[in-house]
Amino acid sequence: MLYLILFLPLLGSFISAFFYKKIGDRTCQIITSAFVVTGAILSSIILLETIKTGKVYEYPILNWITSGSLKLHWSIYVDSLTAVMLVVVNSVSALVHIYSIGYMSHDPHKPRFMSYLSLFTFMMLSLITADNFLQLFFGWEGVGLASYLLIGFWFKKESANNASMKAFIVNRVGDLGLLIAMFLIFKTFGTLTFSEVFSQAADQSKNSIKIFGGEYNLITTICVFLFIGAMGKSAQILLHTWLPDAMEGPTPVSALIHAATMVTAGVFLVARCSPLFEYSQYALNLVAFVGATTAIFAASIAIVQTDIKRIIAYSTCSQLGYMFFAAGMGAYNVAIFHLFTHAFFKALLFLGAGSVIHAFHDEQNIEKMGGVWKKIPLTYALMLIGTLALTGFPLLAGFYSKDAIIESAYFSKSLFAGYAFVIGLTTAFITSIYSWRLIFKTFHGKYNNTMSFEKVHESGPVMLIPLLLLAVGAIFSGYVFHGIFIGENTQFWGKAIFFLKQTAHEHPPLWLLILIPTLVISAIPLSFILFLKRKDIVEGFVNNHKPFYNFLVKKWYFDELYNLIFVKSFRGIGTFLWQRGDVKTIDAYGPDGVAKVIKNLSDRASSVQSGYLYHYATVILIGVILIVSFLIII
Amino acid sequence: MIEITLAHYLFLSASIFTLGVFGIFVNRKNVIVILMSIELILLSVNINMVAFSVYLQNITGQIFTLFILTVAAAEAAIGLAILVVFFRNRGSIQVEDINSMKG
Repeated sequence: MLYLILFLPLLGSFISAFFYKKIGDRTCQIITSAFVVTGAILSSIILLETIKTGKVYEYPILNWITSGSLKLHWSIYVDSLTAVMLVVVNSVSALVHIYSIGYMSHDPHKPRFMSYLSLFTFMMLSLITADNFLQLFFGWEGVGLASYLLIGFWFKKESANNASMKAFIVNRVGDLGLLIAMFLIFKTFGTLTFSEVFSQAADQSKNSIKIFGGEYNLITTICVFLFIGAMGKSAQILLHTWLPDAMEGPTPVSALIHAATMVTAGVFLVARCSPLFEYSQYALNLVAFVGATTAIFAASIAIVQTDIKRIIAYSTCSQLGYMFFAAGMGAYNVAIFHLFTHAFFKALLFLGAGSVIHAFHDEQNIEKMGGVWKKIPLTYALMLIGTLALTGFPLLAGFYSKDAIIESAYFSKSLFAGYAFVIGLTTAFITSIYSWRLIFKTFHGKYNNTMSFEKVHESGPVMLIPLLLLAVGAIFSGYVFHGIFIGENTQFWGKAIFFLKQTAHEHPPLWLLILIPTLVISAIPLSFILFLKRKDIVEGFVNNHKPFYNFLVKKWYFDELYNLIFVKSFRGIGTFLWQRGDVKTIDAYGPDGVAKVIKNLSDRASSVQSGYLYHYATVILIGVILIVSFLIII
Repeated sequence: MIEITLAHYLFLSASIFTLGVFGIFVNRKNVIVILMSIELILLSVNINMVAFSVYLQNITGQIFTLFILTVAAAEAAIGLAILVVFFRNRGSIQVEDINSMKG
């Protein structure tokens, strides 16, 4: 069963990539979708099984690398953590596959798109089913590759190409961190297999390591580097710049990769390595700090953006921040729970946004929408559900997970607990504001588009049905699973997540329980007034605080800063080496020089052959005269 | 009255030969002129043959001369035929234009 889950997407990808000419576009779409849907159903069965029995599946597939003391298996390892991820990845991927049939219906490269999607699914699955760091790294790079291919899917768009390169390069920075962590682990633990590494963690926790003269705690160093890897993939502050740009890709891609699955790989990594992180309070503090900072940073940007997909992208970034600070508080299960619910409502929001974009014929600016909620009622309703779930409206998915995160910060005794708690509350409020801004600007108010109002149309059923299913997930996933994932005395996680200190379950005070929903709900009328009824208040504020507004619109000037520091200087070095080093030195004296000399000589030689018969005759005559006179003289 | 000796004939023939050779090399205009120059060279050789035949009292040279004249006539016919075809193909028989052997 697990073999099927893992390899069906790969098979689908191959078929659609190499045989699309024989079997046609439609068949490609059906085959890939059917395979992933099968995977989704099977993984739900596995999750149910894991919940019921707590069984851990381990299937070694082949002996991958044996080199000295390094022995690695390619295997499928499924515990409760992986089972949850399996469901997230496969179900969202299946729905996105189906949705893409409708969304990409006007695209000439459908088989290529489906093939990439399936390839991504396979890579993501091999990431989460890994039982050692190297296989995880394989999947880690594989999803990076798939993300690169899919962001740059519309390769004729210059901006898409740039965005795909940016995503790939920024991710390299994080990957270097992960690589260093792997080297350190192998050097000190002598193995890369999860179970062996984790069983040694307690013994190694007092050891230290020397790097460049300084002496650091071993586990802390490893965890910090692991977290740098996670920061790259999960677009945390400093390495977040690629995520908003990644929205250049088709919308289903944004939903699958840049909201629900790939970007959560970092959270998964931290949760998977909880046995290491638990021994390093320093690393946990770092995780919490970075997560909390990202949460409020991304939310503050989302509030002023005008591109519908970028708003949701920053929202994703912010929610990932939530997950990380939950993990930093030691509440890995809460982080994974938020990951789980977030996957549903964020994919719903993205696919809903795709449906809106479709309705407006590729318009993404929310300032140019408005007043269409009666025209596209289903999309509107589904977006509304997604927004409510995201903001944490009581009883919807986000409510359970977000509350749990903020409570975990409230009860935690970690260094940044207070910081994270305040930021968690503030960000919940801001999240609500910008989400409702999106809804009001997109669906309410007056119609602001140049296209005729009549042309706005609802999407077809092939796009709406996945949305409906995701909406079901967004409504019920919190309610159904919160007992299992984060309930008191839950045995679900077993050995998958390791807690050094048994967290005592305390009940949050009543004021906290009331405060969060109040904040979230009060944001609705507030943003209704600010963005719909009294736009002059916002405009007045913007005009009075122009520098602050620009600071947010320009995303805290991160891109400009990176351009100045890294891109310009590296481009300078590159240009110098290219022009001076390569063109003017190596080429000029090497191949180009030799070629020039040879060409010169041969030009001269060829001028001997004028093509005139009498020239040849003259030469023959002179030759004859010379030979004859030579013979005569002798 | 000067008696015409073998040397005179040989001198005449050498002059015509040189004329023919230079006709080929110096001529820049027309391919027909080259053909005519070749005829001149052949004729100069014939004069040599006849002169030596008379001088040596041997009839062979004169017979050969007749053969050579026949062959020369045939050769001229073939040469002109080639020229006609060439003109049809290229539209010109200027010596400057015939340079398709240029490297």
